[in-house]
Parts: sequence; C-alpha cells; structure tokens
Amino acid sequence: MTPELGHFALILAFVATLMQGVLPLIGAQRSQAQWIALARPAAQTHFLLLAFSFACLAQSFLANDFSVAYVAQNSNTQLPAIYRFAAVWGGHEGSLLLWVLMLSGWGAAVSVTSRQLPEVMVARVLAVLGLVSVGMLAFILFTSNPFARLLPAAAEGSDLNPLLQDPGLVFHPPMLYMGYVGFAVAFAFAIAALISGRLDAAWARWSRPWTTAAWCFLTIGIAMGSWWAYYELGWGGWWFWDPVENASFMPWLAGTALIHSLAITEKRGAFKNWTVLLAIAAFSLSLLGTFLVRSGVLTSVHAFASDPSRGVFILLLLGVVIGSSLALFAWRAPKVSAGGAFALVSRETMLLINNVLLVVATGSVLLGTLYPLLIDALGLGKLSVGPPYFNTVFVPVVVPLLMLIAVGPLARWKQADLRDMARRLRLSFVLALLAGIILPQLMGTWTPMTALGCLLAVWIASSTVFQIVERLKIGGGSAPTSFWGMHLAHFGIAVFVLGVTLVGGYQEEKDVRMQTGDVVSVGGYQLRLLSISAAPGPNYRASVGEFELSKNGRVLKTLHPEKRQYFSSQMPMTEAAIDAGFTRDIYVSLGEPLDQQGAWSVRVYFKPFVDWIWGGCLLMAAGGFLAVFDRRYRLRVKAAASLPASATA
Amino acid sequence: MKRFLLPLAAFAVLIGFLAIGLTRDPRDVPSPLIGKPAPAFTLPQLHDAAKSFSVADMKGRVWLLNVWASWCVACREEHPVLVEFAKTGQVPIIGLDYKDKVADARQWLDKLGNPYTLTAVDADGRVGIDYGVYGVPETYVIDKQGIIRMKHTGPITPESLNKKILPLVAELSR
Repeated sequence: MTPELGHFALILAFVATLMQGVLPLIGAQRSQAQWIALARPAAQTHFLLLAFSFACLAQSFLANDFSVAYVAQNSNTQLPAIYRFAAVWGGHEGSLLLWVLMLSGWGAAVSVTSRQLPEVMVARVLAVLGLVSVGMLAFILFTSNPFARLLPAAAEGSDLNPLLQDPGLVFHPPMLYMGYVGFAVAFAFAIAALISGRLDAAWARWSRPWTTAAWCFLTIGIAMGSWWAYYELGWGGWWFWDPVENASFMPWLAGTALIHSLAITEKRGAFKNWTVLLAIAAFSLSLLGTFLVRSGVLTSVHAFASDPSRGVFILLLLGVVIGSSLALFAWRAPKVSAGGAFALVSRETMLLINNVLLVVATGSVLLGTLYPLLIDALGLGKLSVGPPYFNTVFVPVVVPLLMLIAVGPLARWKQADLRDMARRLRLSFVLALLAGIILPQLMGTWTPMTALGCLLAVWIASSTVFQIVERLKIGGGSAPTSFWGMHLAHFGIAVFVLGVTLVGGYQEEKDVRMQTGDVVSVGGYQLRLLSISAAPGPNYRASVGEFELSKNGRVLKTLHPEKRQYFSSQMPMTEAAIDAGFTRDIYVSLGEPLDQQGAWSVRVYFKPFVDWIWGGCLLMAAGGFLAVFDRRYRLRVKAAASLPASATA
Repeated sequence: MKRFLLPLAAFAVLIGFLAIGLTRDPRDVPSPLIGKPAPAFTLPQLHDAAKSFSVADMKGRVWLLNVWASWCVACREEHPVLVEFAKTGQVPIIGLDYKDKVADARQWLDKLGNPYTLTAVDADGRVGIDYGVYGVPETYVIDKQGIIRMKHTGPITPESLNKKILPLVAELSR
C-alpha cells in the first residue's frame, strides 16, 4: 500500500508542478494577479507531495518490502538500518527522486523567503523551476519509476553496492545534489529576467545569495566525494579526474565564475549578458553531469548501470531545457544595455580575467571528459583521457587564477591605483617568496612545483589576512559579513593549495609483503603487523589486520584495516585504516593474502597535510555561507532600489 | 544578433555528439588479440578436476570461449541467451570460470542451466590476464586454426548473437 501512495503522490506532484510551471508564467505575461499568486502555493504543494513520496520509498526500504523492484535491487535484510535508508538514493530511480525533491525544496525555499521581491518576478522564477521539474518528473514517471512492483516479491534483496555501504554515502549525494540542483535557482532567475526583458542590478542581487548557497553545497558535496574516494576506494588518492568527478567539477567551476560575475553585475551593472550566460551554463553543466552519470555514455569507476532508453530521454530533456534557454538568450541579449565603463586596471578587469580563466578551465575539463566520446563518435577509435592531460592543461590556467586572488579584492571598482596596490601587496610578496624558498626545504627536498605551491598558498593567505586587518582599522573593527565570507573562502583556497602541494610533493607510498611481526617504516613512523584475523560483519565476512603504529619507539595507536567479502556480491572490498592527524595521515590498506604462511600484501602511505585539502574546501563553503547571510540581501527591495548601485557596498 | 546565437550553435553540436555517443558502447574496446593465436592454456575442468582442458584440444573446430563467474551479475543476464543458443548445437561453447569458487560455480550452473560443452577453471585469473579480460562476461570467437577472430565485451544479447557472432561463426565454419 505504501508504495502505491508514494507513486500516487508522485503523480500528484507532477500535476502540481505542471500548474506551477505554466499558469504563473501566463499570468505574468498577462498581468493576471490570481494566476501569478498561484506560484507560491503550487511550489509548496509540489514540495510536500514529493517529500511524502520520498518518505514512502524510505519506508519501503526500512520495512524490507522486496515486492518493490527498486528495493529488492538495492537492499537486503542484513543491511544495517542506516544504509537501508541511504540505499533510497543508492540507485538510479531513487537518486532521481532525491534530485527532484531537492529541486522542489529549493523552489519552496524561494517561495517562502522571497517576500521582498516583486510578485511577477517570483512567479516567473517559480514557473521556470516548475518547468524543469516537469521534465524530471516525466523522466521518473515514464522511464524510472522507483515504486514499480516486483510480483511475486523477492524473498531477499540483492544488497546495496558494497562501495556505497559507507557513512560517506549517507551525506555525499544529498550534498552534491543540493549544489547541482541549487544552480537551477540561479538559472531560473536568469531566465525570468530574460523573459521580463529587465536584466538589472536588482536581478543580480536577488540571485546572488541563492547562487552562493548552491555553490557552498556543491563545494561540500565534491569535497565529501573526494574524501570518500580517498578512504573507501583504497587507492590513497583524493582526485582521479574520473568522468563522474569531472561532471561535478564543471558546474563548480562555472558556478565559481558566476558568483564573481554576479558581483560585477550587481555593483556596476556590467557584463549582464555574460552573467546570464554563465547562469545558464552552470545549470546546463549540472544537467550534463546528470546525463553523463545516468546514461552510461562514458566509462567510470562509478560504473552505474545504464539503460539506453533513459539516456535518450535525458538527452531530449537536456536539448529542450538548454536549447530553449540559449534561444531565449539569443533573442533577448542584443537588447540589453552595456554597463558602466571601466579602466584597464580596475576590479572589473580583475573579475573579467577571473571569469576568462575559470571558463577556460571549465572548457578544458569538458573537452577532456568528452574527448573519448567525440573521438568514438567520429569513428577515430577508442581512447581514454587521464590525469596527465588534466594536470598539463589545468595547472597553467589555475596558477594565474591563484595569483589574482590576492590582487583582485584590492582593486577598486572603475579605476584602481596600481602603485597603491603594489604597496599594499609588498609584504605578502616577500612572505610568499620566503615561503617558496624555505617551506619545501623544511619538508625535505626543494622542487620547483612544491615551491610554487607554497608560494601561492602563502601569497593568498597573507594578503587575505592583511586585507582583513586593513579593513578592520578603517571600519572601526567591523566589516560586513560578505566581506568576511569572501576572505574566508579565499583563505580556504590557500589551505587547499598547501594541502595539495605538500601531499603531492612529500607523500610516501610502500607496497610490501608482510607477515606477523614484520615492521615497515614510512615518513618516520613504524608500523608493525601484529595479526590478521577473521571477523564476521552484519552482511560480510572480513579479514581484519592489527597494526601497531609507533614513532621513535613510542607506541601511538593500533590500526585495523579490513578486507571485506560481501555475501551478496562476492566482491572484495578494501577498508583502509587511517590515523588522521593535523599535519599527516598514516594510511594502511590490506591487499591480498600471498601464501599459506599468512603473508599479505600491504599498502602503506604517509600523507602529509592531506586533510588540509578537505579542510580548505570546508573553509570555502563556510565563507560562502557567511556571504549568503549578509544583511543587504534581506533589505526590502524598495529601500535598495532607491539607493544608487555604488552606494550599497 | 549573430554572436548571441553562438552559444546555441555550440550547444547544438554538443548535443549531436552526445546523441551519437549514446549509440556507442564505451566498454566495447577492440582487443589487440584479434587476428592473433589464442593464448595457450591448460586448466582443470569444473565438473571433473582430474580432467584438463587445453586450447590445443579445439584445433580444427570453430568455438566460443565465454568468460563467466558465479559472482558476476551481468553473466546472469546473458546466461539464458547462451542456454537457448547451446540447444541448437551449432558451435561448442567452452566456459572459462574466472576467479571463482568451484562449489559456487557448480551450484550456479545447476540452478540456471549449463550451456557449456565444458568449463575450465581459472581460479587465480592468470589465463584471464593472458586474454586481456577486464570485465566479465566476455566472449571470444576462435577459428579452426586457433586464431581469435572476435571479442565481445559484456553480456551477449539475442541481437549481438544473431547479428555479429552467428554470421562470423557461419563464415568461419565454411
């Protein structure tokens, strides 16, 4: 009964979202107040219905209802309850349901918090969100119904993919989807502005907090995915340039460009068309990501099951949503006025360079990700594009971008004084240079790449700190939250860069054969294998190693890496044991048993500063959230509109 | 006006490529072994470990080598197709049970039917390495001289069997 209720709610949600997508749009064109007023209740109803539907699916999982095909494919009675819940989004159908639930959630949030916006604008924004949701719900209802029954019911489910049975899975996809889908709000604002023909500073101000919020979730989502790959895949890396990772990274890059160009559009009224195009691009790349992951056109470690008919449907959806918005853009953009003029050295120029570099970076990731597909489509053969391509292309683009982080915020709008900027950056420059020379030597060996990384990190971090100090002096000890947010995010990048540099330059990796009593030393630490024993788990059996970690003869900790064999799939899974620390991780994973005497192949890593990578990402996201809560976004629109754009700092 | 159409045009090209991409299978990688002699091996048979099977036994016959395992979900998908096809007796199908436990494999065949003339057991996956197996199931078409003529990656569907494998087998048998 519960699955039918869920399915019914899903159909009702489809009807509600059709109303949300069509009626307010017509109402806004014809100035019909009643139809405009439909937008909010429709968006909220849509959300409640989907939440109910999602709860029904979750209930089917928790109750082990294997008469639901999706549950039977992704769950199992032996699966712990928390994973039975996470399994709701462990497969194709459920993750799409989560996707639309998030979308409707963003819509409901806009409907609740947009009291200060003109009703017509809200109606159009919610309608655009509704139309996107219509497409996705049609996709779910017609090709991927999660409530389809399996009759007769299976006696036992076939279990959740063991790779996904991990605390990381409980949060990673929801965060990622929050980000992906959140860009739909920025997209909806852009489309609404294009429809109304009023692309102005007010539009940019309204969409800024939403864009930033989505970006924060995406940042956290990607960071969690990277962290999950680090400890769950057992390869010890934190980024693999896998198509599925790239699919989430491209909207992030475009979104980062968008946040910065929105700032110009809000403050200076410039680059309006460009900003709108970026908003369309960020969401389009999110949709493209969904397509790449869900259609199976590219091979990936994530290797989701794919079905060609679904691929065709998403491709159609992609074509309609992106194609129509780009057509709208081509129609409306020529009529948009140019913004204020600016000098060569100005904050506008800095942000323009930032945008160009980020767009080039996005383009190169896109090219690398789609290249195998392009070559295959042209009949030129099969190939794969790996980290060497991405590292070669990406680093030269990112280095100038990082250089600019320190400089950009110092530049004034319209025209900046180069000499003044140079004076204020002098100390940072000296510190960065010193860091580039000294830090790598403190860590061990000096190489050009580690020197560059350390230099960039200190350059960004120190100039950020100096700018905060300067501002506090002028502002009498206070500054707007968005100022703090920006600098916190930039500081996060410095932390991230330092982590990437140090782990890349100084990690140690050992693949050894170990027997009980053997010792391996790595990064100044010793690891002794005490024992490897069999241990049962709820739905797997495991071999658990016991390693004693010590430094200079002092025992620090025992580590327990596992090799698991899941009953249902028989696929071996590696659970690495990690002693995480502020300045280093010690990482042990079990390979294979080698012989009858109990020797195993063991992989041991010393990873200096690896946690700074994810720490940096969290700081970026925290900075973004601070900016979202800046007071000026909550000012009533009348008050804001009466001020000249340059006066709202 | 024209320059504002550029994004749309670029997107149209992209959609075109994605549409073509959908019709291709990225897992279908050409094997370097095609046109080369099938790597020789001698392995114990699944149902009688005392007996062995080697590639040389098949000299003078066209045959299929199907790599499978009881833990492989996709094999379950192709299995009915193989069972049905084996009834026609057109061509011997030799199974290669890849990185599997003998008891599990036997039980699997008892339950789902045995399309194989015989199955060789590649418990540690060594032979799989020689053949460049990177995903199970995979199927090789081997001719009378022991040359690999085709490799099919992924589950065999009735379509791929009738359109690709059978015409080739018919041609080679002549």
